[in-house]
Amino acid sequence: MQERPVDAPTPTAGRAPLDVAAAAGHRAHPPRVGFFTDTSICIGCKACEVACKEWNAVPEDGLELTGMSYDNTQGLGADSWRHVAFVEQKKSSGGAWATVDHRGVDVFAEAARLGTGAATEGGGIAPVAPDGRTELRWLMSSDVCKHCTRAGCLDVCPTGALFRTEFGTVVVQQDVCNGCGYCVPACPYGVIDQRKSDGRVWKCTLCYDRLGAGLEPACAKACPTDSIQFGPLDELRERAAERVRRLQDAGVPGARLYGHDPADGVGGDGAFFLLLDEPEVYGLPPDPVVTTRDLPAMWRHAAVAAVTLAAGMAACCVRRKR
Amino acid sequence: MAECHPVGFQWVMEAKARGAKLVHVDPRFTRTSALADLHVPLRAGSDIAFLGGIVNHVLREEKYFRDYVVAYTNAPMILREDFRDTEDLDGVFSGLDREGRAYDPTSWQYEGVEVQAASGERDQQYERRIAESGRGEAHGSGGAAIGEGEPERDETLTHPRCVFQVLKRHYARYTPQMVERTCGVPQDVFQQVCQLVTENSGRDRTTAFAYAVGWTQHTIGVQYIRTAAVLQLLLGNIGRPGGGILALRGHASIQGSTDIPTLFNLLPGYIPMPHAHQHESLDKFVEAEAAHKGYWGGMRSYLVSLLKAYWGEAATAENDYCFDYLPRLTGSHSTYETVLAQQNGVCRGYFLYGENPAVGSANTKMQRLGMANLDWLVVRDFSLIESATWWKDGPEIETGELRTEDIATEVFFLPAAAHTEKDGSFTNTQRLLQWHHQAVEPAGDARSDLWFTFHLGRIIREKLAASTDEMDRPVLDLAWDYPTKGALAEPDAEAVLAEVSGRDADGRPLSAYTQLKDDGSTSCGCWIYCGVYADGVNQAARRKPGEQQNWVAGEWGWAWPANRRILYNRASADPEGRPWSERKALVWWDADQSRWTGHDIPDFPATTPPDYRPPAEAKAAEALSGTDPFVMQADGKGWLFAPAGLTDGPLPTHYEPQDSPFDNPLYRQQRNPVRQVLPALPDNRYQPSGSAPGSEVFPYVATTYRLTEHHTAGGMTRWQPYLAELQPAMFCEVSPLLAAERSLEHLGWATVVTARNVIEARVLVTDRMVPLIVQGRTLHQVGLPYHWGPNGYTTGDAANELVHLSLDPNTHIQETKALACDIRPGRRPRGPAAVELVREYRRRAGITDQTGTEI
Repeated sequence: MQERPVDAPTPTAGRAPLDVAAAAGHRAHPPRVGFFTDTSICIGCKACEVACKEWNAVPEDGLELTGMSYDNTQGLGADSWRHVAFVEQKKSSGGAWATVDHRGVDVFAEAARLGTGAATEGGGIAPVAPDGRTELRWLMSSDVCKHCTRAGCLDVCPTGALFRTEFGTVVVQQDVCNGCGYCVPACPYGVIDQRKSDGRVWKCTLCYDRLGAGLEPACAKACPTDSIQFGPLDELRERAAERVRRLQDAGVPGARLYGHDPADGVGGDGAFFLLLDEPEVYGLPPDPVVTTRDLPAMWRHAAVAAVTLAAGMAACCVRRKR
Repeated sequence: MAECHPVGFQWVMEAKARGAKLVHVDPRFTRTSALADLHVPLRAGSDIAFLGGIVNHVLREEKYFRDYVVAYTNAPMILREDFRDTEDLDGVFSGLDREGRAYDPTSWQYEGVEVQAASGERDQQYERRIAESGRGEAHGSGGAAIGEGEPERDETLTHPRCVFQVLKRHYARYTPQMVERTCGVPQDVFQQVCQLVTENSGRDRTTAFAYAVGWTQHTIGVQYIRTAAVLQLLLGNIGRPGGGILALRGHASIQGSTDIPTLFNLLPGYIPMPHAHQHESLDKFVEAEAAHKGYWGGMRSYLVSLLKAYWGEAATAENDYCFDYLPRLTGSHSTYETVLAQQNGVCRGYFLYGENPAVGSANTKMQRLGMANLDWLVVRDFSLIESATWWKDGPEIETGELRTEDIATEVFFLPAAAHTEKDGSFTNTQRLLQWHHQAVEPAGDARSDLWFTFHLGRIIREKLAASTDEMDRPVLDLAWDYPTKGALAEPDAEAVLAEVSGRDADGRPLSAYTQLKDDGSTSCGCWIYCGVYADGVNQAARRKPGEQQNWVAGEWGWAWPANRRILYNRASADPEGRPWSERKALVWWDADQSRWTGHDIPDFPATTPPDYRPPAEAKAAEALSGTDPFVMQADGKGWLFAPAGLTDGPLPTHYEPQDSPFDNPLYRQQRNPVRQVLPALPDNRYQPSGSAPGSEVFPYVATTYRLTEHHTAGGMTRWQPYLAELQPAMFCEVSPLLAAERSLEHLGWATVVTARNVIEARVLVTDRMVPLIVQGRTLHQVGLPYHWGPNGYTTGDAANELVHLSLDPNTHIQETKALACDIRPGRRPRGPAAVELVREYRRRAGITDQTGTEI
């Protein structure tokens, strides 16, 4: 597995996974639940996007043909709580037939050119080998709020509109949100977003209402291939580890998990992924870090600075008195 | 399949997770290709050459399943001496009447089989009209009738006139080199496919083929599927688990609407519709149409029971069970001929139930011109689709070709209820009926189709009640007595299902079609559905979870016939009745119990032992030997060679599409000689092909298709904001090379032109469209989704504006999957200039009303 090293140790590193619901004050609470999105079997049908909008009455948000492959949703936002990314790559499929080594490919450069049209201009990997064989890969992946273990949005919310549920998920209470927007830059994934019409923030609730009724979230229910799997996070992590091992054994290049590790910069995601390429290719940050991670240290530094300043000023005063 | 059947595709993904290899053959790289182990782009319209190449590989490399082929197919049958193959006649078969554009199939028969004499004094023209009406679909539940007598066999498969040897010679020229030249598939990729298919077929393994309208919508579409049938029979992949040829149907219950048909030439259960003059009495009809061997031998029972379901008490032995009340065919009355009949003033009224021909049918302009000549038009749909508003805002209003004030058609729009608003069944591709229950009452004036049809019939009958006109008896004598319920007086859908399933003389539910009688003591609305209401229980509503039953899952829903999940499953066992392998065991002969048993319900007479040989005088099911698995076929065998039943030849042969930039590389015969060419009216001109002058004006090949986000002509999806935003504009997909060649800009506009019409679309430049090398030159293909039209929440031009009306002669289906076109940058002209652009193209290509109509 090609895990990127996390720059700084996090408070949870090396310890038992944090019981987020208990930490939030829920006493006898159900196990933490989440999503495991296995992009290797996503067929890009977007049933998740539609089911989410239908269940949660999320408004339609524009009829724009983007030209970014079949992705006309463009990203997560206040009015799109699920987003299926489509990535057309000039490399052979991830199936067992793949024998071509693409380690030398600059995925950043490739990703930067996505959806820019006449892709063969300026070289790159030819889509068609001289003998007419296609060398194409079309990645699809359904993105969603990660429901982080250490959720920056929740940390900065001044009204308590954002809260940790008994299921360990992170939900906005729309009747409490005052539209201050602090949470928007606090999200390391760029998920949470203000709705233009009313200023409040909206995002995936992991179908909090459905969970309360013993139902799985609408997107997971609608997914025809079980690319989106819902369940207790511990079980999902075990299943994902087994799945990625099988794919790697089968020689699928680039299969890796993303957001599954409690030791990462957000303490692990409640919604994590199996990807077939670098996270950047899918528009995901490679090393997400909870934006409030450094706050204690910053406060310490600020305190030191304040003390130093005060001491300096005092010294000045003392000098002046002289 | 992932694009258009995402829910069914979950099972492909499950198979893949268990180690199955997935090969996707498609001109475009789609969401299916993305998940496939191997994607093979090929030239649209060349699949028979591709599949024929695999057939040749299987024969040449001796990869066929010999024991299966000898015992269960017609490979050993010897053909008549006067049969001539395409090898002998440069691309046509013996029996071609060039004047009448039809085949006389007499010479395709087996040696030793007496061809039934044409009864009565039928004139030549009448014969031709019968031939035109086609019988392909009439064999949806089995093969065509053949003559009397025992065909000669050579089990060594060496006789020069046996089917096997004829097959070998026929496909000998479908070499890997020819496949490469014709399809644009490199030889090593083709070999890879051959290897995957053959290595995964045999005693222990089976391969399945799934197809959709990419195979059917051609002037030779039926023969595409026939090629797959030949291949699957050679490999022993029919009647066995994991095998078969699976038709992915375009709508939730399209299978159901052929079983209980919306087709002009069929009665329920694939009983042919009688023809005027030819079928004057019930007995003569049955004699002419029924096979004498196999389950079609019971056709009289099926038909009499159907007539009893239609006319109840009024149907008696004395009046031939009201057989005379059935309408008669006088020729072909397919959708497209109906359009011509509308333009000619013959057809005056039209019902559209959830159908949008102004967008979804080929040559949409012809469709609208037809509707503009009606007295009345009834449109039942969810939204004001294009077929309901063409008279005020259609494309011809814009071009000035039609003026609203000149159109006399009275258009009625009636809102329809959705499937969530009514009870009913869906029949899927596996012949599986699944019941859906009403969730909510329909809003406003919306009503179910069942409600509309029942009450329309009720009111018509009330209005005619006092009539003494003999013509009205068929309507007045109908058994039209369905119970209704609720405030909306909705007919009880389960009562209809019970009638379809059948009852005995005492009104008790029947459990299997073997109980049907030809003496009027049983009634049954569709013989193949007999038993779906067995024991008075809605068997289609069963939902026992898979984990609570065996892997066949026979208690989920109900499959016709008799809840058999795999047709012809006798072929899963060897001639002695033992499974070919333990791994692929499905049904087998249990000698202790003296009956067939297994995981599935045997599709075979339950107590006919493997060593049974019928006496010469045996009829129907008793005439099947213990080794005749293909119980609906007139000889009990799988047909590598079709001695009867097809209008365009006994063996699949590659012909070019109606409009093609290429000459046929295999034969001098360019196109299917008996394709159904509708008149080249001014709005239905055909194009020059191949090396004919003017062909270069249309150098590219367009193919139409669906996207996951929309459904067919868009009536269910373009009005839905949540779906419209996912695919918000009509587009065309082109390769970067074609974009460069024609100066097309990504996200800019393109104009696509054929001899029929012109449309515009936004441009998606993508590597998923792969240029191919065909006959030594580069071919660019243009992808066109066909969902859009001028109405709705997302709008655009309809791809079907471009399509001609040259049809498959068996099914009368249009050729939307391969047509030559031109593409140019920019938006199309507006108003009369659009018409002028098409005229200019026709002039440049030298097109006349004769172009492309040659045989």
